[in-house]
Amino acid sequence: MITKYLFFFLSVLIIFSALMVVFAKNPVHSVLYLIVTFFGIAGHYFLLNAQFLAAVHIIVYAGAIMVLFLYVIMMLNLNKEVEPHKPVWIKFAAVVSGGLLMVTLVGSLRGAEAMTKVTPENIHIGLVENLGKTLFGPFLLPFEISSVLFLAAMVGAVMLGKREIH
Amino acid sequence: MNNVINGVPLNYYILLSGILFTIGVLGVLFRRNAIIIFMCIEIMLNAVNLLLVAFSRYLSDTSGQVFVFFIMAVAAAEVAVGLAILTMIYRNTKSSDIDILNKLKW
Repeated sequence: MITKYLFFFLSVLIIFSALMVVFAKNPVHSVLYLIVTFFGIAGHYFLLNAQFLAAVHIIVYAGAIMVLFLYVIMMLNLNKEVEPHKPVWIKFAAVVSGGLLMVTLVGSLRGAEAMTKVTPENIHIGLVENLGKTLFGPFLLPFEISSVLFLAAMVGAVMLGKREIH
Repeated sequence: MNNVINGVPLNYYILLSGILFTIGVLGVLFRRNAIIIFMCIEIMLNAVNLLLVAFSRYLSDTSGQVFVFFIMAVAAAEVAVGLAILTMIYRNTKSSDIDILNKLKW
């Protein structure tokens, strides 16, 4: 029963802070609300027995990506005064189309057939041991290819960040 | 009680992910600041991650969580390159407004 209350608490927290990311005036506040969203999602991973993913999520998102975002915002010196805004009618159209998308996504659940759950249930799938066996078994090749992706991203970021040499 | 994870029905996770994804889309349409648009893309990626973890737990299959691991890796690479592009755009236009970049618009 307590997991149900925790689920609702985390869900409300996530939805509220995600909305604040969109509607906050100051970009720095948006980043701070995004950190709250990510911690809420990590809490959901804990509730789903995915402890390894929860730890990786906090390290990667709250540790690396958020620092990068804050660093760029402070380097570019963005604040409330220089914040550009769309015209009101475009904002209205954005809200309407977002609402329509949500109606579509939620409405598609109505006629959906329920999946059958696998029995017996294995609650230890989120632990490092079982994840590692899958990651380094059938998914070994994608894992190695992702290292090439990181190398490409690193080279690309350095090349884009450098000033042009005349 | 067949479609329940820890007392929470699977449909609730699908609903939560749908709402979170919609908020991400709304942010991309709503704002002009390129950094906020990046954050909203991260929210959308996380909505999909949450859904994958819920299904993986529900079906007792580790593959879903490995997918989430790869999505996180791709998201990290994407943010690194994207923010580098953003600083370059800022250096050239002195703004993070995406409506200035309309050369490819019809």
